[in-house]
Amino acid sequence: MFRRASAGGVNKTNEGDTPMTDTFYEVLRRQGITRRSFLKFCSLTATSLGLGSAFAPKIAHALETKPRTPVIWLHGLECTCCSESFIRSAHPLTKDVVLSMLSLDYDDTLMAAAGHQAEAILEEVKRKYKGNYILAVEGNPPLNEDGMFCIQSGRPFIEKLKETAADCKAIISWGSCASWGCVQAAKPNPTRATPVHKVIFDKPIIKVPGCPPIAEVMTAVVTYMLTFDKLPELDRQGRPKMFYGQRIHDKCYRRPHFDAGQFVEQWDDDQARMGYCLYKMGCKGPTTYNACSTVRWNEGVSFPIQSGHGCIGCSEDGFWDKGSFYDRVTDIKQFGVEANADTVGATAAGVVGASIAAHAAVTALARARQKTGIDTPKGED
Amino acid sequence: MLAEQDQFEAERSARMVKAVYVYEAPLRLWHWINALAITVLAITGYFIGLPLPSVPGEASDSFLMGYIRFAHFAAAYIFAIGFIGRLYWACVGNHHARQIFILPVWNMTWWSEVFYELRWYLFLVKEPKKYVGHNPLAQLMMFLFFTIGAVYMICTGFALYGEGLGEGSWASQMFGWVMTAVGGNSMQVHSWHRLGMWVTVSFAAVHIYAAIREDIMSRQSLISTMISGWRMFKD
Repeated sequence: MFRRASAGGVNKTNEGDTPMTDTFYEVLRRQGITRRSFLKFCSLTATSLGLGSAFAPKIAHALETKPRTPVIWLHGLECTCCSESFIRSAHPLTKDVVLSMLSLDYDDTLMAAAGHQAEAILEEVKRKYKGNYILAVEGNPPLNEDGMFCIQSGRPFIEKLKETAADCKAIISWGSCASWGCVQAAKPNPTRATPVHKVIFDKPIIKVPGCPPIAEVMTAVVTYMLTFDKLPELDRQGRPKMFYGQRIHDKCYRRPHFDAGQFVEQWDDDQARMGYCLYKMGCKGPTTYNACSTVRWNEGVSFPIQSGHGCIGCSEDGFWDKGSFYDRVTDIKQFGVEANADTVGATAAGVVGASIAAHAAVTALARARQKTGIDTPKGED
Repeated sequence: MLAEQDQFEAERSARMVKAVYVYEAPLRLWHWINALAITVLAITGYFIGLPLPSVPGEASDSFLMGYIRFAHFAAAYIFAIGFIGRLYWACVGNHHARQIFILPVWNMTWWSEVFYELRWYLFLVKEPKKYVGHNPLAQLMMFLFFTIGAVYMICTGFALYGEGLGEGSWASQMFGWVMTAVGGNSMQVHSWHRLGMWVTVSFAAVHIYAAIREDIMSRQSLISTMISGWRMFKD
């Protein structure tokens, strides 16, 4: 038996060994959630998943009839911002609902058990629900020095990850760490922090990148997987299309200023006060796939651009290695020096131009020296 | 009645000038449309990355960035469709039309002539060889910087364009692999696409300079050939 954090900071208890026959709905009702609230949650979730109102009863039905799916939540090299985000989900009830219906059987941050007791639960879930649990991974395994940079319960995290992944149904890669590697994988990546999909190859993996991902996105993804018993539709890079199908730029409320050609030129200028587009300040909205400009953060209060700072592209692969957050034309690291396309290109164009001028001058000289003057019969040979 | 001097020159020319029809009409038309498209693409592309100073007034009154991007995308379509048309012409046109697509890399004579041309440009030989089509060095440069360059710019460009059209659009379907190929972050594609612009600008400068220079120095027509189609040999 272990405790979980919940809505009002009240810790509820739940049976750790709840049998698979328990449905989500039963668990919810046992926690004092009314049917009315439950149905509200279903329709909200259907809407946030972009499924339309017809799906609300389907979600309700699934939650009423399906047995809970246990979730094991592992933490590798990370900062726990994903967990912090997750427990602040803003949909009314989601905090309660997801934390209860998600049979979070193992999450070393949220669970009360510790030490051998905690590890025993992990073993038990793996045995009892073999091939039937979802593995959520926050953070990533470092591979250098045989994985010694992240030791859990006395052994490298990579071992724990591989063992747990072996019997799971599917993997959720929470956040940019598990999805791409994030800051700990920034060049030169001394610990060789490696994203989950480059270590586990034989399981379906859904990436929910972001540093952290938006809470509502996280809960909605989990809800989708639990209710429909399958992964949501993924894009080319393995992210759920419903939240990562568009760029920040595509739905940004400052987009009209971009199209009009109205930009913030400096952080403290009038344009900044008037809320113009932050493109020139290095906003990565045009290259970042996430739902910030639609779902927003902290119960829909705001998101970085709305607060006057450009997007830094935290949900994109290698965002820390793609040059300054404050330049639009950013450095290309491949050249080994701090140079962007314009520096490299304009230098090359300048060298070519100077060469042309020099070549033309030499040509003119050589020609002047050879010149025989007006073509006359004598000159013909 | 011509002056004695002019009369001599006229006779001499009449004897010496030879002309060959090299570039057929569709190819010439394509060349100049393409040149215009590249000019528009380079200028608008530059200002998409580093936009012009802000426009004052209400956002609803202006559409500057929108027009710049529209010009870029329109020119890009013309460039890309023109390139496809040019590929078609390489199949059905005369053999000169195939030069910039196929290099005779196994032909050692061709390679030696590449180096001969290189020596000509380095002032190491006095007289250039004359060619009806491209000289071997020019052919090599055209292939490396124009043909490969155009494919590169079309792929990276439409990959970026596909981001705006959205997932599932034709551009995303056809060119989305570019994003994955560079590691998934499209910021990288923006940078590399911009670098491609600078390569193209440099190439255009060399291309124009070489054409003017050869027109004067190697006593054969180059610039007028791309207008009339006829290559004139002056001696």
